Amino acid sequence: MATVTPLKTSAELSLLAQAEGNKAVRQNSFARYAAKGLPHRRIEAYHYTDIRALMKDAPAPAKAVGVPPKDFVFGDIDAFVLTIIDGQVASDTAVGLAGLSINISHEAPDDGLATHTVFPSDGDPIIALNAAFVDQTLRLSVDGIVDKPVLLRFITTGAVSAYSRVVVEVADGASFTLIESHECASGGVTNSVVEIAAGHDVSMEHIRVNLADKNATILTSLGGRMGARSALTSGNFVTGGALSRHQVFLRFEGEGATATISGASMLKDRQQADTTLVVDHSVPECVSREHFAHVLDGEATGVFQGKIIVRPHAQKTDGKMMSRAVLLADGATMNNKPELEIFADDVQCGHGATVGALDDDLLFYLRARGLPKPEAEALMLQAFVGEALEMIAHEGMRERLESLSEAWLKARG
Amino acid sequence: MLEIRNLHVAIEDGSKKILNGLDLTIHNGEVAAIMGPNGSGKSTLSYVIAGKPDYEILDGEILLDGENLLEMEADARAAAGVFLAFQYPLEIPGVATMTFLKAAMNAQSRARGEGELKTPDFMRRVKLGAEKLGIPQEMLRRGLNVGFSGGEKKRMEILQMALLEPSIGILDETDSGLDIDALKIVSEGVNALRSADRSFLVITHYQRLLNYIVPDTVHVMSKGRIVKTGGKELALELEANGYADYVSDVAA
Repeated sequence: MATVTPLKTSAELSLLAQAEGNKAVRQNSFARYAAKGLPHRRIEAYHYTDIRALMKDAPAPAKAVGVPPKDFVFGDIDAFVLTIIDGQVASDTAVGLAGLSINISHEAPDDGLATHTVFPSDGDPIIALNAAFVDQTLRLSVDGIVDKPVLLRFITTGAVSAYSRVVVEVADGASFTLIESHECASGGVTNSVVEIAAGHDVSMEHIRVNLADKNATILTSLGGRMGARSALTSGNFVTGGALSRHQVFLRFEGEGATATISGASMLKDRQQADTTLVVDHSVPECVSREHFAHVLDGEATGVFQGKIIVRPHAQKTDGKMMSRAVLLADGATMNNKPELEIFADDVQCGHGATVGALDDDLLFYLRARGLPKPEAEALMLQAFVGEALEMIAHEGMRERLESLSEAWLKARG
Repeated sequence: MLEIRNLHVAIEDGSKKILNGLDLTIHNGEVAAIMGPNGSGKSTLSYVIAGKPDYEILDGEILLDGENLLEMEADARAAAGVFLAFQYPLEIPGVATMTFLKAAMNAQSRARGEGELKTPDFMRRVKLGAEKLGIPQEMLRRGLNVGFSGGEKKRMEILQMALLEPSIGILDETDSGLDIDALKIVSEGVNALRSADRSFLVITHYQRLLNYIVPDTVHVMSKGRIVKTGGKELALELEANGYADYVSDVAA
């Protein structure tokens, strides 16, 4: 019987052409991608987000760095801003902060085969593509308490693909806040990977905001390794992108660590946003909390896949995961896939998932107090999204995201 | 003046009729009490006046100062002067009570074509109103009704009524779940709002509430109609004899 080779999509053909004979492309990582091609619905991890079908094009990386937009929504946040335009660090990295050193290299990035990798060892195609095409690795080494957040402003300026890689090493006892803001122009593809390696007794906050154009593709991956008694919060806020996927791979490597992972996605028209989360409790006595909220209007699709793994020796693990979605229109869709894989016997783990419309009784209560329907709905939705945003510790960013969510609701009318 | 004429109401699928030709007039400044057995349609009446969408109006009209309430959405009725104090006030996690109060007051002002309240004026009015009802400031910062006891929720309803200054206040079993102290506080809050241009519709099972909020008229409701109307002494008679007489009357 002949082997049936599926026809390649135009995006896949573009990627092949971009890689072929190109010395700047790491061919071994590209081969890990090319073995399977763009992931589709028969690949379990991508069942609800068929990248092969949804990604219309894979434009080539920019030949020269484009012109970034002037306005920056987080411009007045007190932070050290590093701008990354079309995959190239455009800021002066020499002006550092106490406790932080910054370095740019061209080393081969982790594609799931590095010694301590948290990425899937069978090769996640999005991460493999990033490892194949990325030019620079931006390394942030934190050795102490950095009193200002570092704000990475990722900009993809046009219909180009932008690959970027950030490695954050946080030394024992250090404290650090990292903010990622993603702007991506119409037709652009952003593929960024951030790896965080936290030592023990680290306190770290990570915030990722997707404000991409409604015709952009934005694929981001976060890897995290946490040492003993470390505390991480990671919050994700999404209003942008025709297609977006945010993957989080987190592993507890030292006892007594805690992680709070949250996300709020507000989608309309035909937007699709996917959050895929794997939290690996490989040692005892770690605590994880996951809370995700989706507000879906029009024909938008939300995807949440969350997996908590508890290894055989990871006793006293405490993990709770919640995904809640509100559907505002008949055409909106939510796909929830919570999973618990528990191999230890003395653990507390739970998960919940809800999908529904706004509560009619509550709506009537607010309207009986004089609030017109759109205003009453906005108030309820703000509270709904607020549950997830509340988990963000940085006050300035939390307030800014609250006003972005208000603006989204206002625009809905 | 609230005028209800020949009101026939079924639940939305039309299968079950709840109000059967109800007539009721409440004059300005009047406190009218409605008493009646379980299932007589008292709560339905309050929801239908306030504009809850789950009901089908088969016939009749409800006029507030000549305006037809049945043609308005719930929020327009609120702006026109209807206030319903809920039997079971709802909780809204994540919306601070203060934020909610301000949104409600401003929405009604806007709907009436008046300017929005200035923040210091708003703060002062809320503070004053809360003090009268023994509501601590800390409660106003919490999510609306979240973690409040039954008594606290009812006091919060009365505070909302005081701030929104309706022309008709409907109290739907406000006495349910209240101990005697809370009942007194809530009643004093209501009595303080009595005035010549504001009327009340007090729905209750028991005469006890009417010792504190003394009504001008008492109406007995059974099977979706007002079957007897009298003065405050009618409440005492009901307390002594029960509803049995009225329930069988209508069936006949």
